Amino acid sequence: MPRDRASPLQAETPSRQAQRTPRRKTANIARWRQYVAAYALSMPFMVAFVLMVAVPLAYAGYLSLFKKQLIGGISFVGMDNYGRALTDPSFLGGVGRMALFLVIQVPVMLGLSLLFALILDSGMLRLQKFIRLGVFLPYAIPSVIATLMWGYLYGKDFGPFAQLAKSLGLPAPDFLAGGNVLFSIMNIVTWGFVGYNMIVMYAALRSIPAELYEAARVDGAGEWRVAWSIKIPAIKGALLLTTIFSVIGSFQLFNEPNLLRVIAPAAISQDYTPNMYAFQLSFVNQDANYAAAIAFLLGIVIMAVSYGVQLTANRKEGAS
Amino acid sequence: MTATVADRLAARSQTTAAPRRKRSGRSTLLTVAMLLCLVYFLLPIFWLIVASTKANEDLFSSFGLWFSHMNLAENLQNVFTFQNGVFVHWMVNSLIYAVVSGVGASALATAAGYAFAKYRFPGGNAMFTIVLGAVMIPMTALAIPTYLLFAGANLTNTPWAVILPSLVSPFGVYLMRVYAADAVPDSLIEAARVDGAGEMRIFLQIVLRLLVPGSITVLLFALVASWNNYFLPLIMLNSPELFPLPVGLAQWQAASAAGSGSQALFSTVITGSLVSVLPLMAAFLFLQRYWQSGLGTGAVKA
Repeated sequence: MPRDRASPLQAETPSRQAQRTPRRKTANIARWRQYVAAYALSMPFMVAFVLMVAVPLAYAGYLSLFKKQLIGGISFVGMDNYGRALTDPSFLGGVGRMALFLVIQVPVMLGLSLLFALILDSGMLRLQKFIRLGVFLPYAIPSVIATLMWGYLYGKDFGPFAQLAKSLGLPAPDFLAGGNVLFSIMNIVTWGFVGYNMIVMYAALRSIPAELYEAARVDGAGEWRVAWSIKIPAIKGALLLTTIFSVIGSFQLFNEPNLLRVIAPAAISQDYTPNMYAFQLSFVNQDANYAAAIAFLLGIVIMAVSYGVQLTANRKEGAS
Repeated sequence: MTATVADRLAARSQTTAAPRRKRSGRSTLLTVAMLLCLVYFLLPIFWLIVASTKANEDLFSSFGLWFSHMNLAENLQNVFTFQNGVFVHWMVNSLIYAVVSGVGASALATAAGYAFAKYRFPGGNAMFTIVLGAVMIPMTALAIPTYLLFAGANLTNTPWAVILPSLVSPFGVYLMRVYAADAVPDSLIEAARVDGAGEMRIFLQIVLRLLVPGSITVLLFALVASWNNYFLPLIMLNSPELFPLPVGLAQWQAASAAGSGSQALFSTVITGSLVSVLPLMAAFLFLQRYWQSGLGTGAVKA
């Protein structure tokens, strides 16, 4: 929780109230009115939150403790579904694939975003606005359509890369072959989100007070030195935020592989990502109980990794 | 655990906006390098525009990155007439889902964010912590039980199934809380109280307009999220006339890749994709000032 930065609205502190007994009643009424207002303002969201997040989550937890048997209907099985998931090659394979995705794609994407943000912030660019907008534009394209587009671009029939290779007499690259397809997916996600992360980082860079640079410049630090020693540490908050959102996004991958599966069914299985597996379990196999357990475990993995990222960030900060 | 992020982010929000810095020398080399990078980001969009102008045969026979015979008008006609013009339904649905979800999510987040920022009340901090933690919940953990609950309430295959879950934006509440903490001076609220204004009147008549830039940020995020949403409508909806654009186009794509029906569907899918991409691209171009300051707000405050 962020510390409540002095919210003087919380009426009075008790000791001050005690000194002014005659006013105590009015102060109490004022405070009570503020409670009412606070609840009235936060309740619409909280009600929606409970109905759309808390209740489904609790229901998923409940479902995950049961199993639909062929004979005897639904029975309570405790943690059995979780035990099954932990030895299920489909689930573990998907998590492993997403871990690989995370380890390669997220650093590449965030590295590019940071580089572009620093270049934009350095003010050394002509056509600044045009370049900023151009890098950001893919974010405006829904991931489904981005995947359709890249699917055609990757294609061996009329993809321009294949056409170019053919015209040069080379074999067409197969972006959708088993070994390549994960990287092809990484490319689609990177393409779509570099600009978004860049804008977030750029905005954070813009908010660094300029005085911070002056001393460094007087001492003869160049643009890169300033970037490395001042700018990057100063936007740690934005870097952490983008990293955690990228971690969450990676493990939840669904749209891109699910759509590419249509054109590359041999390379992308139905359990390619944990999300696809959960989808398959609940809507193809009609096994909502096991799907709920899978979804829960995936949530635990995401939280553990996000927590690890934060711990690492904190430790680094403590060391410096 | 999210507390550490929030802490740090909140601390950052205290930095004041930097004065515009003096520009150092511009570099042509750097500009050229960046323009080359830009090719990567714009090429697929360029391809989409080129491919939309081609008839099916040309898609296979002509070079992908340049124009051939102009067939755009006919492609457009196919997009809007195929399957009795269901594409028009998809566009209208996407628009309705996005606008209702976006405005709703933004309104709920604005009120709650302000309450969490400016009032200390029993349970307030606990609620905010829980909301913040919800950012990490994976969508499948929610989507599948939500589907089952909605099925029980006969809400599946209705627009509500897509709109209701999209009204909740935990990140939006977080953004608005941080934004309101800075944008609304406590002295202003105190002054209004001294003048005898009630809490609701203070919020509606004074505070709300100060919160508009933050709310627009949340609105934009929610609009984009809803416009791009695929998973939720995919599981919730069965009737094609209720689909939003991404679900509908993905279905056409699957049909064309499976080779069922006429192969002519390729150019229809591609042109349909272009048509469905244009509104959001146009919105981003026109609202540049907003989203740049808006996303800026998010990050600077965040």
